[in-house]
Amino acid sequence: MKAFTYERPATVRDAARLAAERPNAKFIAGGTNLLDLMKLQVETPTTLIDINRLPLDKVEATADGGLRIGALVRNSDLAADPRVRKDYAVLAKALLAGASGQLRNKATTAGNLLQRTRCYYFYDTSKPCNKREPGSGCSAIGGFNRIMAVLDTSDACIATNPSDMNVAMRVLDAGVETLSPNGATRTIPMAQFHRLPGDTPQIETALQPGEIITAVTLPKPVEGLHVYRKVRDRASYAFATVSIAAVIGKADGKITQARMAFGGLAHKPWRVEAAEATLAKGGSADDAADAVLAGARGYGTNDFKIPLTRRTLRAVVTDATRT
Amino acid sequence: MEMNQPVGKTPLDDKADGLVGRPIDRIDGRLKVMGRAPYAYETREVKNPAYGFIVGATIAAGTIRSIDTAAAVKAPGVIHVMTHENVPAQGEKKEQVWPQLTGTNVAFFDQPVAFVVAETFEQARAAAKLVKVAYDVRTPKASLRAALPQAIEPKKVQTDPDSKLGDFDGAFASAPVKLDVEYTTPTQIHAQMEPHATIASWEGDKVVLYTANQMLNRGQKSLASVLKLPVENVRLVSHYIGGGFGSKLQPMPEATLAALASKATGRPVKVALTRQQEFHVATHRTDTIQRIRLASDRDGKLTALSHESWSDTAQGDEFYETSANVTRSLYAAPNRITRHRLAKLDLPIASSMRAPGEAVGMLAFECAMDELAEQIGLDPIELRVRNEPTQDPEKQVPFTVRQLVPCMREGAKLFGWDRRKPAGTTHDGNWMVGMGMSAAARLNPLMPSSASVKLGADGYLTVRMAMTDIGTGTYTILAQIAGEMMGLPIERIRVEIGDTAYPAASGSGGSFGAGSAGSALYVACAALRDKLVAATDLHPDGVVFADGRVTSGNRSEALVDLAGADGVSAEGEIKPGALKEKYSHYSFGAHFAEVGVDRDTGEIRLRRMLGVFTGGRILNAKTARSQAIGGMTFGVGAALMEDAVIDERTATYVNHDLAEYHVPVHADIPAMDAVFLPEVDDKANPLKSKGLGELGICGAGAALANAVYNATGIRIRDYPLTLDKVLKGFEEQDGRAPRRA
Repeated sequence: MKAFTYERPATVRDAARLAAERPNAKFIAGGTNLLDLMKLQVETPTTLIDINRLPLDKVEATADGGLRIGALVRNSDLAADPRVRKDYAVLAKALLAGASGQLRNKATTAGNLLQRTRCYYFYDTSKPCNKREPGSGCSAIGGFNRIMAVLDTSDACIATNPSDMNVAMRVLDAGVETLSPNGATRTIPMAQFHRLPGDTPQIETALQPGEIITAVTLPKPVEGLHVYRKVRDRASYAFATVSIAAVIGKADGKITQARMAFGGLAHKPWRVEAAEATLAKGGSADDAADAVLAGARGYGTNDFKIPLTRRTLRAVVTDATRT
Repeated sequence: MEMNQPVGKTPLDDKADGLVGRPIDRIDGRLKVMGRAPYAYETREVKNPAYGFIVGATIAAGTIRSIDTAAAVKAPGVIHVMTHENVPAQGEKKEQVWPQLTGTNVAFFDQPVAFVVAETFEQARAAAKLVKVAYDVRTPKASLRAALPQAIEPKKVQTDPDSKLGDFDGAFASAPVKLDVEYTTPTQIHAQMEPHATIASWEGDKVVLYTANQMLNRGQKSLASVLKLPVENVRLVSHYIGGGFGSKLQPMPEATLAALASKATGRPVKVALTRQQEFHVATHRTDTIQRIRLASDRDGKLTALSHESWSDTAQGDEFYETSANVTRSLYAAPNRITRHRLAKLDLPIASSMRAPGEAVGMLAFECAMDELAEQIGLDPIELRVRNEPTQDPEKQVPFTVRQLVPCMREGAKLFGWDRRKPAGTTHDGNWMVGMGMSAAARLNPLMPSSASVKLGADGYLTVRMAMTDIGTGTYTILAQIAGEMMGLPIERIRVEIGDTAYPAASGSGGSFGAGSAGSALYVACAALRDKLVAATDLHPDGVVFADGRVTSGNRSEALVDLAGADGVSAEGEIKPGALKEKYSHYSFGAHFAEVGVDRDTGEIRLRRMLGVFTGGRILNAKTARSQAIGGMTFGVGAALMEDAVIDERTATYVNHDLAEYHVPVHADIPAMDAVFLPEVDDKANPLKSKGLGELGICGAGAALANAVYNATGIRIRDYPLTLDKVLKGFEEQDGRAPRRA
């Protein structure tokens, strides 16, 4: 860990301003990922802006029947919120599938959105990594890549976004509300919030310098069966090999509407509308999987993710049809 | 006392107070749950320590061209930066304890190349990153498979690397039933909770190390050699240890570096390995390739068996995994071969991890037995019963006690083994369900150990020895043994261990701790009993020590009255004797596991597990059970998830943290139980006990792997059994079966 300056601004606007002024500043909320990365000098912020005391920890109903989740709402609290459990069960399930109880108590909504990849090589500063050190190369290609991506990877990076929550947020069409240092606010749709690696895997989100996440908004609830299926190497406290967040609507035992997002496959939560349409029109899970996996490629030790995704999707659809 | 003949009747057989065996809570438990048990790094006895941080090599093979420490030396708080250019003189390597920073050679990734000492931990860690090392790099060799042609016959350590009996080749060639299979096991990491940690402090030419170490007297000798000191000038203190599993059998580089840096700076120096450093700087269990050949008649009677094992360690090291040793004592067969070979690679130093040899040897061999049973169409228990030997098949001496068959029979009954169905036929919703079993066997050695006891004027008994408690419950069982022998309640026993200033003891390792140290204490207490009785006019025959008194007939004395103003002391010692070679010393058991395999995703989840064991006299039913289920849990990890993956390009364990190196979490361990059958082993030691620290892992993983086969019909011979390997099996099955519409 390198020495850093610690700041605790009084307002959200001050926090954004500080972040813009100070080179290489980072916000810290739960710190469950950032502190580990700082200890390894994967992250070396010169200023830490502690936002834990800012008033961003409420879950409120919105005028259009949705929910507004403060950036600092802890994962445990969000998963336990009665409105989330009732109307957005896929989110509650995804949250509870992630990390451990202790980590969820600390981790925040915005922090979870921004958690960084678990790529082994990203964490090992003795190895090349374009995400950590642009231009140095990607060690995961040609290395051990069991947990890496199979969709829309690039020659620069094959890392995944490891979050469970993000997959559910994507399927719910969440929006990320932000405040810029100049006072401007905007809402970034989840579909555009995380980026693909391309040539700049170090840039992971649409956030601009200093821009601070204030809340995540959920549109009004989507009717249907809420499913989060996480396939993992141990029963708890393991990142997904593949996960599926789904909201499936049925009539007369047939699927009439489906939304699905996938974790563990790409640099961002993966969603393919065409696959959803296939299911809604009575197509098979395999047809939907073809659409999801179009262009998928394995890198050796992660090849299994492609058939695994197909099998898991088939299981989710079969279960949903049966229920 | 030397174990030259079986132990006759002892006071422990009388159970005057019944303290031994009772499931009492750990006497150190309260301190531990309150966070008040000082582990090495937390020792307060050393004032004003400086903090050390290890700089590790970023390459695995090559030489250091130059080290630039200028920036580190100037960094805030830095007191000293030690490299091969300024390290104090060191002596000889002893066992696996190596002098540090001795030259420019780099033998493995993260090998210490510099040591930064600063006022605070954070300063030392930050400055460590400023040390710039330039290397001449060699392409590392990191593949055991690729190195097989160069594998050598390792040096004999305690046992011969090879054994041979009869004519294996002839018997195998002519047998009607044969199996020839290869199993592989991956590198595993001890992953003990407390990292390696040391505070070193010098006074003149004497050094004290507060250090996390399992075998203090052994460590004392190795460090004395490396530090070029007389043994008596090195003191090791290790009052509380947060797990060892073999990783702390010997001092690790951090201990040597702390001592050297403390000498160089004149300040006490404290250092702990980071979790990432634990994977490379400390030792690990090597990966293995094992070939097993079995031949039997059509009824399953083994006519020939062969177990060959290849393992690897660092260049310059000699450690090899004795995977096939247990096979020498497990089943009868007239024609047999065991063979161990070792490859030297550019990987970190391999060493003992919980049940070295048995743990991975039985992962392979006990699955091969399951395969043979399947091939013949015989129940796996019945196959083992038919090959139960009447004596140790290779040593050709009797077993002290061997209750493998009763363990299997009792386990089958308790587990409902008769409900097991043919492979691939049992379903529970989406789960394919299966049962598997395995034998358990683990060597039961006795080590020299000594102890002192003193009955004080306050009526308390103080026990002293350089023994360690690595979380197993040693403090507690020692108090129970002393209490039972002296007729004192547990509250009146003070157990003082973990210091080489006390009588030399076995330490904890190889499942010998409780039996060896406990026996030394028994002998010391027996001597103290004699002294106390001699001080009275009680008739020595038939005296009973109970309720704080010594009684003979209708006469009785309070112990506190016999202690006098100065107290009464005695010492005791235990040594292995002639019985060591006259008998085969093993603990036995049987594992039963039921698993579910998700038919879509291939995820394997344990559903329930039972171990039935014999461990001679059980010293504390609660800590014994904890040892057993802890070992079984280790076995679950070995079967399903533990895998330190080597990136052969850089000879690095890629997943070197506990987020990506998986050990079982609570959710992975559902209903699990351990049962002990009654047993006393009068040829083991005067307690008539056997070791339990490792028995629980031996064979445990094989029971799961066999259950996975029973659930799915898929035999995975490459540990761990991860879902991708199950999926491959599904695909092969689908390829064979007619395609579903």
